[in-house]
Amino acid sequence: MILHTKFEEKIEINEADILHFEHGLPGFEDEKQFVLLPMEGTPFSTLQSVSTKDLAFFTTNPFLFFKTYDFEIQESVQEQLKIIEESDVHVQVILTIQEPLDKSTANLQAPVVINVKENLAKQVVLTESRYKTRHELSESKLVRQEG
Amino acid sequence: MLVLTRKLQEAIKIGDDIELKILSVDGDQVKLGISAPKNIEIHRKEVFLAIQQENNEASATSLNVFQQLKKLKKNKI
Repeated sequence: MILHTKFEEKIEINEADILHFEHGLPGFEDEKQFVLLPMEGTPFSTLQSVSTKDLAFFTTNPFLFFKTYDFEIQESVQEQLKIIEESDVHVQVILTIQEPLDKSTANLQAPVVINVKENLAKQVVLTESRYKTRHELSESKLVRQEG
Repeated sequence: MLVLTRKLQEAIKIGDDIELKILSVDGDQVKLGISAPKNIEIHRKEVFLAIQQENNEASATSLNVFQQLKKLKKNKI
């Protein structure tokens, strides 16, 4: 199907690639379908709403930037997302982009957990967590802005 | 809003499955014990609000940023 996106006009997506967020995302409870679109050649992706063209988030794989990042997926979430094996799980975190880019932050307190086999996803709020909504990507000294 | 007064160790029940118990009171801090089914999500409200707000801010990015990010090639990171 053809999808109109915030950043790239029209793209062709496979309906089987649509991620289903049963309860939407906090603040966007009515947005239940997204696609994760990798930005080629970068560690970033956009999480684009299927129904709202102008709604998209930048995301990344947190483990690339925060080597020690870890959390446990609650049993209730495992059930909700029908997660059976760890290898079914893909994690992205939402970025809040700042200028300059190396001031951008990642929301490690609310990772997006995706069951890639079932295409079920949820932004999980970690309860007892040492992580916050804003961790600078530069904390990891990994992002360098290209001139 | 329904308002109920409870003493230490007293509880209230919400529906069949949820129970809130006052475990301790220390000055202005109240410790609550919550028993609920696993599929009921329980969050400190301020944490949930912070995440809503962060999502709102995260969604407000421009095309310009997209183009800048595209320039960050993997091998430079």
